[in-house]
Amino acid sequence: MSALQYKAPTSVDEAAALLAGASGEARVLAGGTDLLVQLRAAMIAPELIVDVKHIPELTSVSVEDGVYSIGAAAASAELHENADLFAMWPGVIEAMDLVGSTQIQGRASLGGNLCNASPAADSVPAMIAASAVCVIAGPNGTREVPVEDVATGPGQTSLAKGEFVVTIRLPKKAPRTGDAYLRFIPRTEMDIAVVGVGVCLTLDEGGVCTAARVSLGAVAARALLVKDAADALIGTKCDDAAMANLDAAAQAACSPINDKRGTIEFRTKVAGVLARRATAIALERARS
Amino acid sequence: MSGNANGYKWIGTRTIRPDGVDKVTGRAAFGADFALPGMLVGKILRSPHAHARILSIDSSKAEALPGVKAIVTSADFPEIPPSEAIKGSSPPNYRHLSQNLMAREKVLYDGHAVAAVAATSAAVASEALSLISVEYEVLPHVTDVLEAMKPDAPVLHDDLFTGGVEPKPDKPSNVAKRVEFAIGDIDAGFADADVVVERDYSTEGIHQGYIETHAVVANMGEDGQATIWCSSQGHFMVRQYTAGLLNMNIGDIKVTPAEIGGGFGGKTTVYLEPVALLLSRKSGHAIKMVMTRDEVFRATGPTSGSAMTIKIGAKKDGKITAAEADLKFFAGAFPGAPVHLGCMCGFTPYDIENVKAVGFDVVTNRPKAISYRAPGAPIAAFAIESAIDELAGKLNIEPLALREMNAAREGTRTAYGPTLGVVGFEETLEAAKTHPHFSEPLGPDQGRGIASGYWFNVGGESSASVSVNEDGSVTVTSGAPDIGGSRASLCIMAAEVFGIDIGEVRAVIGDTNATAFNRHTGGSRVTFALGMVVVNAAEDCIVQLRTAAAKIWDIDVEAVVWEEGEARPAGDNAGKFEPLSLGDLAAKTPMTGGPISSEKSSNVQGPGPAFGTHICDVEVDRETGHVKILRYTAIQDAGRAIHPGYVEGQMQGGVAQGIGWALNEEYIYGDDGRLQNPGFLDYRIPVASDLPMIDTVIVEVPNPTHPYGVRGVGEIPIIPPMAAVANAIEDAVGMRLTDLPMSPPKVLEALENGG
Repeated sequence: MSALQYKAPTSVDEAAALLAGASGEARVLAGGTDLLVQLRAAMIAPELIVDVKHIPELTSVSVEDGVYSIGAAAASAELHENADLFAMWPGVIEAMDLVGSTQIQGRASLGGNLCNASPAADSVPAMIAASAVCVIAGPNGTREVPVEDVATGPGQTSLAKGEFVVTIRLPKKAPRTGDAYLRFIPRTEMDIAVVGVGVCLTLDEGGVCTAARVSLGAVAARALLVKDAADALIGTKCDDAAMANLDAAAQAACSPINDKRGTIEFRTKVAGVLARRATAIALERARS
Repeated sequence: MSGNANGYKWIGTRTIRPDGVDKVTGRAAFGADFALPGMLVGKILRSPHAHARILSIDSSKAEALPGVKAIVTSADFPEIPPSEAIKGSSPPNYRHLSQNLMAREKVLYDGHAVAAVAATSAAVASEALSLISVEYEVLPHVTDVLEAMKPDAPVLHDDLFTGGVEPKPDKPSNVAKRVEFAIGDIDAGFADADVVVERDYSTEGIHQGYIETHAVVANMGEDGQATIWCSSQGHFMVRQYTAGLLNMNIGDIKVTPAEIGGGFGGKTTVYLEPVALLLSRKSGHAIKMVMTRDEVFRATGPTSGSAMTIKIGAKKDGKITAAEADLKFFAGAFPGAPVHLGCMCGFTPYDIENVKAVGFDVVTNRPKAISYRAPGAPIAAFAIESAIDELAGKLNIEPLALREMNAAREGTRTAYGPTLGVVGFEETLEAAKTHPHFSEPLGPDQGRGIASGYWFNVGGESSASVSVNEDGSVTVTSGAPDIGGSRASLCIMAAEVFGIDIGEVRAVIGDTNATAFNRHTGGSRVTFALGMVVVNAAEDCIVQLRTAAAKIWDIDVEAVVWEEGEARPAGDNAGKFEPLSLGDLAAKTPMTGGPISSEKSSNVQGPGPAFGTHICDVEVDRETGHVKILRYTAIQDAGRAIHPGYVEGQMQGGVAQGIGWALNEEYIYGDDGRLQNPGFLDYRIPVASDLPMIDTVIVEVPNPTHPYGVRGVGEIPIIPPMAAVANAIEDAVGMRLTDLPMSPPKVLEALENGG
């Protein structure tokens, strides 16, 4: 049995150097709510763990000209208690708040939820709908990538060796914009999404939808950005006909699996239902 | 001192629970909390296959690993031949128990133990497991009960021939036995019926879901005297089973009980204790073993799943004329499904002239089923109480009214033989009918369901002692683990008999050397049976106290009465003496004949059977199939509630487990026969926010056998919920769901196909 190395760097550059320099498997530790479980269940056996919570950028939240920069390892509970952030992006914050228990919320983070790359991650469809962008650091500097391009499949990301997510940037919100996230679980909490839907839409002064993004979780190998579903709403007042088109487009985008958490038929049907329901909430928020 | 409307001082009051402070502060010592110097860690290697022949086990690499101190396989356990499978009083089948403990020749389910190691650390033990090489010949497997009954099904045991059928089969099969309970003439009963309902039902295997995983520390002394510390529902059971499995004398084993973090019937057998003791004997060290949650799900007692057919006929006026049940329960890898109990309980709430219930106990490639609250009864009740509801609909009679018309009462003959004595079923129906819940208006997509349930309750071998301490305080020592408040109820009953303050009485659970034999805690027996023994012992102490007072006063013992916690002269003729309190008499025992104490053992008979009736409201999301429990009221005859708070807790806990059983809990096996959800993430017991506050109504129709009227209360509450939920869903959306769990995909599919 080889010893597991634990490092807690205090700067982005130091972390990138450690990750890039590892000879074997290296893992980034944010809240650890997935990583430590996987470690204890012997699902992973890394030689190096780099704890990024001691890097100031990774745990802070700042806003500049309406653009929020959220540290990738900032605890979900802190985001939930940030009243301005919550008021601005309730869909994203509510989605992250669904993850785990109160205790887990003290550690779990947007960056961790994203980079764990579960197709069922709750915050990811909400972030995709909100047009969130990741700032990624690595041995060759930083780059920016839309959230939908990070996960590539279950447990897989597009991050190169030595790279890690530093911040998640939520854009300046246009007037009359609302976002929402809903998930289906058999219980009421402490569960993993069988289907998740994030919606963000913008209305003009007449109540016509001018922009929309719809993202589905747990119905494919990674969270999907579904253009057809958004197109069903754009140019409409999100009336019943538009909602029916949205439902159909969401269902058409699904390519789920049968497993212990749900059947293909169930997930597909419920994706359409939740797309309508999440849109109704986003619409309400855009109007108020 | 408190007073009480029922005329008692303590019976029926909500005294502070004696074990409460230690439990909420985290000081209570559970199974995994014990440790000995120099102890080793034991771990078990488990089969990844549902059914396979073990061709060879090579542990040489593991033995060579530094830190590994002992390895055992089935070769280290005595092989128990069929002729010695049954030994002692009311025991298990030791041959099967031994084979379940450690696989011999074949593994019979995913998770079946194959070998165990003892090592200096958990990490070394885990690495050692990975170094044990087991060569398997994988065999076809079967996990479904109907598939297992087919003539061409893979056969688990070559020596298993169906019992209870004539002639005896000449080929082995997976059907361990057939049972039948019948009264009247079933064909005539159906011929007499105006309306008949008949339908198939099924339930999945589900786990008891106790939070504390199995844990043990075992130490084999140099002299062959063994000590075991563990949590279980019966430390005498652990001692008896361990001795039987290892061919030891029972007297050479001492078992000390820990606090138990949930059992619900699942801790009425042994999995680890004999293995740990054997590892201790082989290594010369104490061994600690603690199961992971994964092990608990894969290898410890779930309850049976089932396939059932129910047929009930009635006259137009609602009188049920005939009822027939065909129940097929799977037992897991070894025989022992509680199908006979399902057959016996299912129709007992009703006074029916013609009844036939047939049950089949079927082995499958799953872990061996073990008791779960009212074993068998909830499964049968799901089907039968659903059928009663359907019958009510067909007759256009309100379901509660149909139950009233046919309700069992004193003098009703049961299908399994006995005639009911004093019972309180009608009283539960009356309480349901008059409860505000019963007439509360419902909204769209909401529905209300009613269901009832019956359980015999249990007595059995019970031993306890009551001692008056030197200061007049009282210690009650019993030998059945407290899993539902028995220490509180024994304290209350003893305080009532002595007439002293509840704070003066302590109840402790002694180890296997502290009292004579006690049957394990289960079947809702302890407050009833141990209660009777403790009351007898306390009354014996009072005779001794009166005798002591008579000696001090130099009068006849008949002239001394015991009132309000003190000895008093019986009247003016007895003489004028100042009363002697318990403390006064305790201080004088050196002069009056020695310590005051009494030890009693009895095989207690006459447990009061009990009934419950539940009301459940649901709301169904027609687009997702999600069922929300809006309101729930459980009504139950407790005989007399010694501690109403504990009785309500039992009722609420049973309902919570029943709702989990109804809506989401299930063992999910892959095509490979491996369990896919061995953890609480995907084995979905209800979380707090899934449940409304569960209202309770305690009905008291005292059990005439018991000095205070106690009936067992722990089993009944899990019997009606599954049917109550199903009946409520039917009321809400007009769909009768017949297969548990009624999870969202199943509900949605039913709505789409037939709604």
